[in-house]
Amino acid sequence: MSALMQEMSAKALKLNIPLSVQIDLTYRCNERCVHCYLDHDDHGEMTTAEIKHLLDEMADAGVFILTLSGGEIFLRKDFFDLLEHARRLMFCVKLKTNAVLIREREAARLRDLGVDSIQISIYSHRPEVHDAITLIPGSLKRSLDAIRFLKSQGLKVTIANVLMTQNAQDYPGVRALAAELGVECTLDPTVTPMMDGDRGVLNLGADQNMLRQVFRDTALVGDVEEFCAIPAKPGEDDLDSTPCSAGHTACYVSPYGEVFPCVQFPLPTGNVRQQRFVDIWRHSAQMNDVRSIRLKDLTTCPSCTHVSNCTRCPGLAYLEGNMRGPSSQDCGKSFARTGVPSANMLANERAGINPLQGNSGSASLVQIRALPAVSSATA
Amino acid sequence: MSRLYVARNPRVAARSLDGEMMIMSGRDSTLFTLNKTATILWQSADGTTPLDEIVEHRIVPEFQVEAAEALQDAETLARELASHEILQISEEPIPQRNNAAGESRPGEAR
Repeated sequence: MSALMQEMSAKALKLNIPLSVQIDLTYRCNERCVHCYLDHDDHGEMTTAEIKHLLDEMADAGVFILTLSGGEIFLRKDFFDLLEHARRLMFCVKLKTNAVLIREREAARLRDLGVDSIQISIYSHRPEVHDAITLIPGSLKRSLDAIRFLKSQGLKVTIANVLMTQNAQDYPGVRALAAELGVECTLDPTVTPMMDGDRGVLNLGADQNMLRQVFRDTALVGDVEEFCAIPAKPGEDDLDSTPCSAGHTACYVSPYGEVFPCVQFPLPTGNVRQQRFVDIWRHSAQMNDVRSIRLKDLTTCPSCTHVSNCTRCPGLAYLEGNMRGPSSQDCGKSFARTGVPSANMLANERAGINPLQGNSGSASLVQIRALPAVSSATA
Repeated sequence: MSRLYVARNPRVAARSLDGEMMIMSGRDSTLFTLNKTATILWQSADGTTPLDEIVEHRIVPEFQVEAAEALQDAETLARELASHEILQISEEPIPQRNNAAGESRPGEAR
């Protein structure tokens, strides 16, 4: 993040402005990725008119960065209509897609509409591995063709790779492929529990051995000694800081109009079919509860060695049952990085729980339900 | 002397944050913030109002400066913003095709 963007984020935080919002336009998808946390049925997506109205409200609220994601965004027949509306409102638009439906024509249209960047999921440089994750034969070829079409239009593309047992050895190949294509590449070692609360999918995630290997790869982390160092004791300022931007300068809207602090933090805070976006943002009790949390307020983490540089995700903690609690996945990452168990792991061990599994979470915490469209907002 | 017309480049992203305009370049995603004068120029750059009229009606009354000097400064500023592809400048009116109908100040919260 540039210094100026950091300055703008600090200003947005002070003014309580949602600088960055992700909208999932649909949960429908043309791939069936084995690790995906979504239910791919349509439970009553927002209409074109509802989404345009939401975009108007978000522009009024000061949203600048708009990420359109899914499901697969190109399955919405009104996708370009919505994108055109968003660009007319001068959002900085970022897209997340598998790109299978992007051909020359779509790439040219994205360029004409001034899209900032496109993130495309690629899990391996080998078709037999990538296609076995998406469960769609030929999907790697289609996605790579799309990247070439987008690059030929001068668009900025980032390959997003998720580290799993199935593709653990392939990330160097994906990075080489990205370099060959002239695009950026990210590697995410996080697998998210299903939105219905099912945590079985976490078994697909990278284990400790894989994490240790990745965290000691200089090509990824730079100075390994520094990256894997045991953190210094936190200062008072560290403990007074907020966990992340979720609910502070960023939030997420589902295809059904539900507003959550983040795509990975499905705490229901309101629905834009029933309330104005800005009213949910400013006045939701749940959103304000999230905002009130400081590191010193967490249940186990303040006493943990890793507290000042842990990647703890409050959403993953919420999915474990307590948004003020630890996130076991992130404890695992800190352990793999430094070899020092987290306070949560030690507590679990004492309680006879698998230290890296944590709580099982609760399906009832999660809301995926369609609400009837508000007639006045429907064309 | 020919007149200069200025128009917002439809390829940028823009939003006003507490009166300060944030602009992201469509060329390379560089982020800029505009000062008060540049923000007025951006908001007034409809492609059809000549720069001297923008200076006369928007900048001179706001800053109580001498018109000729303000116009010279505004031209320099417009050319600088054009070099970053934030504004388009021309000696002819510039037709706008990507601004929302009825949106008088694009990028500004209404």
